[in-house]
Amino acid sequence: MEELIQQVLGGIATGAIYACIALSVVMIYQAIDHFNFAQGEMAMFSAFITWQMIDWGANYWVAFFICIAVSFIGGVAIERIVFAPLHNAPVFTHIVVFIALFQIFNAGAGFIWEFTIKEFPSPFPERLPFDTTLIGPHELGMTVVTLIMLGLIFLFFRFTPIGLAMRAAAAAPDSARLVGISVGWMLALGWGLAAAIGAVGGMMIAPVVYLEPNMMLGILLYGFAGAVVGGLTSPGGAVLGGFLMGVIEPLAGMAIGSELKLTVALVVIVTILIFKPSGLFGRVVVQRV
Amino acid sequence: MALLDVNNLEAFYGPIQALHGISFSLEQGGITTILGANGAGKTTTLRAICGMVKTGGDVKFDGESIAGKKTESIVRYGVAHVPEGRGTFVRVSTEDNLRLGAYSRRDAAGIAEDMERVYGYFPRLKERREQQAGTLSGGEQQMLAVGRALMLRPRLMLLDEPSFGLAPLIVRELFEILRVINKEEGVSMLLVEQNATLALNLADNAYLLETGRVVISGTSDEISADETIRQSYLGY
Repeated sequence: MEELIQQVLGGIATGAIYACIALSVVMIYQAIDHFNFAQGEMAMFSAFITWQMIDWGANYWVAFFICIAVSFIGGVAIERIVFAPLHNAPVFTHIVVFIALFQIFNAGAGFIWEFTIKEFPSPFPERLPFDTTLIGPHELGMTVVTLIMLGLIFLFFRFTPIGLAMRAAAAAPDSARLVGISVGWMLALGWGLAAAIGAVGGMMIAPVVYLEPNMMLGILLYGFAGAVVGGLTSPGGAVLGGFLMGVIEPLAGMAIGSELKLTVALVVIVTILIFKPSGLFGRVVVQRV
Repeated sequence: MALLDVNNLEAFYGPIQALHGISFSLEQGGITTILGANGAGKTTTLRAICGMVKTGGDVKFDGESIAGKKTESIVRYGVAHVPEGRGTFVRVSTEDNLRLGAYSRRDAAGIAEDMERVYGYFPRLKERREQQAGTLSGGEQQMLAVGRALMLRPRLMLLDEPSFGLAPLIVRELFEILRVINKEEGVSMLLVEQNATLALNLADNAYLLETGRVVISGTSDEISADETIRQSYLGY
């Protein structure tokens, strides 16, 4: 029983990271109708930037917030430079560009920092102030940090004029232009936010999976699964889907062995796409003909 | 000087030319209607003025050329477009739709005042202020579209078939309010309508489009009175 609780709590902690990736993917998806395969690699690259700053002697939290800012700017730049000109390009073009970005970040990180595994520090104390064997200090810390960030994102979209304008621009670009919203810049802000959210996920998971250019592969897959489970049209659903996948992963590992863990994510994706393509919380898009 | 001066305006959808050089003007405080059959280029004319299609020719607003500018910049001149299909932001509340209408403004007090004014014109919207706008009825969404345009404090409203798909009673109510907005707030209007009787009744001047060209123009009274025009172009 205790092992089960440990597994579930650990699952919620990794689920928080999946939720970050799922939310980033859904935000981009809502804006441009495509899956960003490079989301995980962008997060990995962000984690490397933080590692570099800490290696140069920066304080962890200083590096943490600088990394968020740099990632945000990077996300905005990617949209403005790469995706804005491709606005009306076909699906295939987008897929090629996503794969290119994936490769650029992956190989770029390997080129700059080498493919050897690096330790990434945890900012949380080594011992919890209370006595428990159910969850480790880093797992608890990363869950709390992610939840705070998700809460802030929610408040931003719910209560600020810019958040409202971003939602409007993604949902109805023509109407948004007619009230004076610069849709292009709203999409760019969305990319920036998605990159920043991913960066937090990357920095929080790096101490667990260790830092190396391929560290996000499995996480991206589980993040995708979370996004699909929750529904690609529902940011809140994607977050819940991410947490759900975090819990399913260790339980499936206990039941069928850890070799098939990645397969579980794929099975979930395929099952949901076949039986409930809109996801658990997504809207069913009705096409009037 | 005319508030809106459209000179030799052309519009293109890819290789297809939809407007072949139309010219007209609209006086400050006036209501002008553009009539014509389906596909005559009425909607395209409004979209061209707002920079939503590729255009040629010139559009002057209050003496300044706005041709070739981005849609979101043209809005800031005080040009509010009530688009075909109403353009509702369906997943946000009624009130947030109105708030979005005032996106380009920064005067919080004025915005709050205008929101009450819109609710004064359309009390139904006030009742539904918290409701997701996508769940409003067609008539309510049309009121919302007009209300959203008013939130800009526009100098010119471009109205694209506001009567479309609405019950006659609601249409009458809506057009009565448009008249009040025009008279009391001095908002100029460019109205596109299929319903010619309704439009000629509200407007001072009318232009008749046929396949992207102006074929007839005149005051609403002249056009309403002309038997031949009525029978051959307006079909009643």
